[in-house]
Amino acid sequence: MAKLKINGKTVEVDVDAETPLLWVLREQLRLTGTKYACGIGACGACTVHIDGQAVRSCLMPVSAVGPDQAVVTIEGLSPDHSHPLQQAWEQLDVPQCGYCQPGMIMSAAALLSQKPNPSDADIDANVTNICRCGTYNRVRRGIHLAAEINKRGRAHE
Amino acid sequence: MSKKRVNVSRREFLIHSTTIGAGFALGMYIPLTGKTALAAEQTVTAEVPEVNAWVVIKPDDTVVIRIARSEMGQGTLTGLAQLVAEELECDWSKVTTEYPTPGQSLARERVWGSFSTGGSQGIRGSHAYVRKGGAVARQMLIEAAADAWGVDMEQCRAANSVITHVPSGRTTTYGKVAVDAADLIPPLEVELKDPKEWKLIGKPVKRLDTVDKLTGKQVFGADLQLPGMLNAAIKACPVFGGKLKSFDAAKVRTMPGVRTVVAVEDNAVAVVAETWWQANTALNALPVKWDTGPNAAVSSQTIAKMLDEGLGAKEASIGNEAGDAKKALKEAVKTVEATYAYPYQNHATMEPMNATALWTKERCEVWCPTQNGEAALQATAEAAGLSASRCEVYKIHLGGGFGRRGAFHDYVKQAVAIAKQVPGIPVKLLWSREEDMQHGHYHPITKARLVGGLDQNGDLVGMQVRISGQSILASVNPNWMSNGVDMFVFQGLMAEGDHAISYSVPNLSIDHAMRNPHVPPGFWRGVNINQNAIYMESFIDELAHAAGKDPLEFRQKLMSDNPKGRAVLDAVAEKAGWGKSAPEGVHRGLAVCKAFASYVAACAEVSVDGNGKLKMHRIVAATDPGYAVNPQQIEAQVEGSFVFGLSALLYGECTVAAGGVEQQNFDTYASMLIADMPKVEVIVMPSGGFWGGIGEPTIAVAAPAVLNAIFAATGKRIREFPLKNNDLRAV
Repeated sequence: MAKLKINGKTVEVDVDAETPLLWVLREQLRLTGTKYACGIGACGACTVHIDGQAVRSCLMPVSAVGPDQAVVTIEGLSPDHSHPLQQAWEQLDVPQCGYCQPGMIMSAAALLSQKPNPSDADIDANVTNICRCGTYNRVRRGIHLAAEINKRGRAHE
Repeated sequence: MSKKRVNVSRREFLIHSTTIGAGFALGMYIPLTGKTALAAEQTVTAEVPEVNAWVVIKPDDTVVIRIARSEMGQGTLTGLAQLVAEELECDWSKVTTEYPTPGQSLARERVWGSFSTGGSQGIRGSHAYVRKGGAVARQMLIEAAADAWGVDMEQCRAANSVITHVPSGRTTTYGKVAVDAADLIPPLEVELKDPKEWKLIGKPVKRLDTVDKLTGKQVFGADLQLPGMLNAAIKACPVFGGKLKSFDAAKVRTMPGVRTVVAVEDNAVAVVAETWWQANTALNALPVKWDTGPNAAVSSQTIAKMLDEGLGAKEASIGNEAGDAKKALKEAVKTVEATYAYPYQNHATMEPMNATALWTKERCEVWCPTQNGEAALQATAEAAGLSASRCEVYKIHLGGGFGRRGAFHDYVKQAVAIAKQVPGIPVKLLWSREEDMQHGHYHPITKARLVGGLDQNGDLVGMQVRISGQSILASVNPNWMSNGVDMFVFQGLMAEGDHAISYSVPNLSIDHAMRNPHVPPGFWRGVNINQNAIYMESFIDELAHAAGKDPLEFRQKLMSDNPKGRAVLDAVAEKAGWGKSAPEGVHRGLAVCKAFASYVAACAEVSVDGNGKLKMHRIVAATDPGYAVNPQQIEAQVEGSFVFGLSALLYGECTVAAGGVEQQNFDTYASMLIADMPKVEVIVMPSGGFWGGIGEPTIAVAAPAVLNAIFAATGKRIREFPLKNNDLRAV
C-alpha cells in the first residue's frame, strides 16, 4: 500500500512497489491527462511535478515517491484552466493533436516557476518534450506569453 | 407553402438509427467531462431531431455540426465546421461538433460521405457537400420560420442564427424553429455562396477543440475506460511475416493481475490483465518462440542491394515522359549524375496504437483512434466474424495519425481477436512504444538515380530519373494500380494534376523499377513527395551549380508553364532576401513543389560550424492552397510540417537487421526538439479557384530547402539520409 499526495489530496493505492508513478496515476487514480508515449523518459509526455520539479513519471517507481511529496498532474495545475500557460495556450491555439501537451505544459510550468521570465535558451534547455505534430514555435510563444500574463497579474496585485 | 414529410418521419428514423447501437449505453460511461470532448466523441445527438444529416440545433440555439472526417491535430474539425457554418449562417460562438459513427453511416447509406482522413483530403475532398449541407439546413430553418409566420420565405433572411422577416422586422432564432424545420422536405438544389461573400471561411478563427487539451480532460483512445474493462499488451513476431510458434503461459499466469494469455491471429501473443502495466510486465516475462521464416535473412544491406540492382534494371514503368531524354543527354554539353537514397521511417504518433473491443457472439463494438471510421468498421467486422451491421466503431480522439491509422487497422483486428477470447468483457489493447516502433507500416524505401544534361548556355535540355524501390500500393491495395504500375510512386514528378512536376523539361524520362522488400510500407504524412521532392529539388540545385547559375534563376527559367508554382517560389525568395547578403555564416537554400494540389515553397537559412554542427535559423515558407479556410491553422500546419519533415531529415531512419526493425523507442528513433526548431515565417497566399491540401504539402519542401542551404554553407551535397549519419563539416 503506497500513500501519495496527488493534487493536494492524500490517496492510498494498492500496487506493486515497482509500478511507475505514471501507471498509478493513469490506472489506479484515473488521472489520464498524464500520458504514456515512450516509457523510457525520452519524450516527456508523462511529465508531472514532484515538489515543484518536473519529473518524467514513467521512470519513477511509486515506491520512490514519499507520502509528503506534493505530486501535481495536469489535472491539478489549476482548478479552472486559469494557469497562465493554459491561458496562453488557449489564446495562441497551441495544441494540434494534443497528446503531448499536458507534458509540455507541465515542463513549461516548472520552468516558469523557477524562471519567471525565461529566455529562448532557457526554454531550449528545459522543455525537451517531443511533439510529433510540430507545435514547438507556438509552445515557445506560449511560454513567453504566459510569462507576460504572470507579470501583468503580479502588477495588478 | 412548405412540403411536410409524409412517409417515415425524420424523428422516427433518427430514433431507429441511434438505437442500432446497442452498446450506446456503454459508450455513455466514457469519462468525458469537457463540453468539446462530449460533443466530439459522443455518438450522434439523440434528444433533438436533426435539421439534416449535418446539422442539429438545440432549443438553446446550440449548433451541433457533424464531422465525418477525423480530427488528429490538423484542424479539419474546425475547418469543416467553418464550411458548414458559413452556409448555415449560424452564430459561430454557439457551434459544437460531433462525430457520427461508421455504423450510422452504414445504416444511412453513407449520408456523410467518406470518413477517410488522409491525403490532405479532409477539406478539399468534402467542401462542396458539407457547404451544401449547411445551405440546405439554412433554407429549411428559414422555411419553418416563414411557415410559422404565414409569410413567403423569399421575404426572410438568416444571419447569425437569427431569421428576420424583412418587411415586418419580425425575428426568431434557429433554436425556436429547428424542430419544425426537421419535418420539412429538404430542398434538392441550393445555391452556394460566391467566395467573395464568405464571412467565416478565410477567417483565422480559434480551434473548437483546444480547451480540453490543456487540462487533461481530452480523452484519447489510450485513455479510455469502460466498466469492467481489462487491459492487454501485445508482442508480434519481430520479423515481418514471421509466425508465433509457442509461448509458456504458465510462467506468467500467477503474476499480479494476469487474467489470461492468448495467441492473437497467427503472429502475436497478448497478455490480458487488470491493468496495462501488469499486462506489459507479464508479457515481458513471457517465454515466446517465433517461427521467423525466410525474412530473417533480410537486412538493410540486402535491401540496399536489391534497390541498387533496380537503379540499373532494364525494365521499369514510365511515370512521366517528354521528348527524347536519351538523345538530349547524349547531345548535352555537360551532364550531371547523382544517386540519392531515402530510408524507412516510422510514423511514431505520440499515442501508440490502441483499440478497445467488446465482443459477443451477436455483436462487436470497438472504440479507437482512427483516420477512417468506415475502414475501422470493416476491420472490426472481419475480425469479429460478424456482418458490419452487427458491429459499431466509436471514434476516439487520435494522438496523432500521420497516415498510420488510416489504411491500417491491424491494431483494431488484434483488439477484436483478443476480445473474442474474453467474450462479454471490454478489453483495451495498447501497444508499447517498442511494439509501435517495430510493427509500423513504414515510409517506403527508395533510391533514385538522376542524370541531367545542360547545353552550352547552361540550360537544362534533358533529364532522366530512375526511381528504384518500394510501392505502397503494391502492398496495401494492388487494385489501385493499373497494369502493375503504381503511379503514386511519381508523386510530385507527374506530368499533370495534384502532384505535377514543377518544371518544364523539354526531354524528360522518369520511371520506376519496383523493388518490394518484405518490410510493410505505408502512407506516411506527405507520402512519396517526401523523397521525390528531395531528389528533384536537390538535383535541380546540383544542376544550377553545375551550370554556374543562381538556383533561383535556374528554377524560374524552367517554370514558365507553372505560374502558381513560380509565385510561391518568388514569394519566399523575396521575403527571405534571396540575392541579398545574409547574416555572417548564414546560407540559404530553396525548394518548390506542387503536392496535394497546393503550391508550396521554402527558403531555409542555416549555418554549419567547424565541427559540422547544423543550426537552422529561419525558414520562410509560402503556400497557395487555392482557398484558405483558416489561415492561422494553415500557419500551424506549415510550422508542423517543418517539424515532421525536418525530424525525418535529421533523425528519421529505421534500419533492418535479421528481418526486423532495429529501432525500438525514441532514444534510437529521435525527433526534433524545440531547441532544433528554426523560426518559421509563413506566407499564406490563396489565389482562389481551386482547393488544395494543407496538412502535408509543405513537408515536401522542408528537407530540400535545408539540404540546399547546407550545400551553400559547406559545399557538401548530402544524398543519403538522415543527416545524423553524415559528416557536415565543410569540404
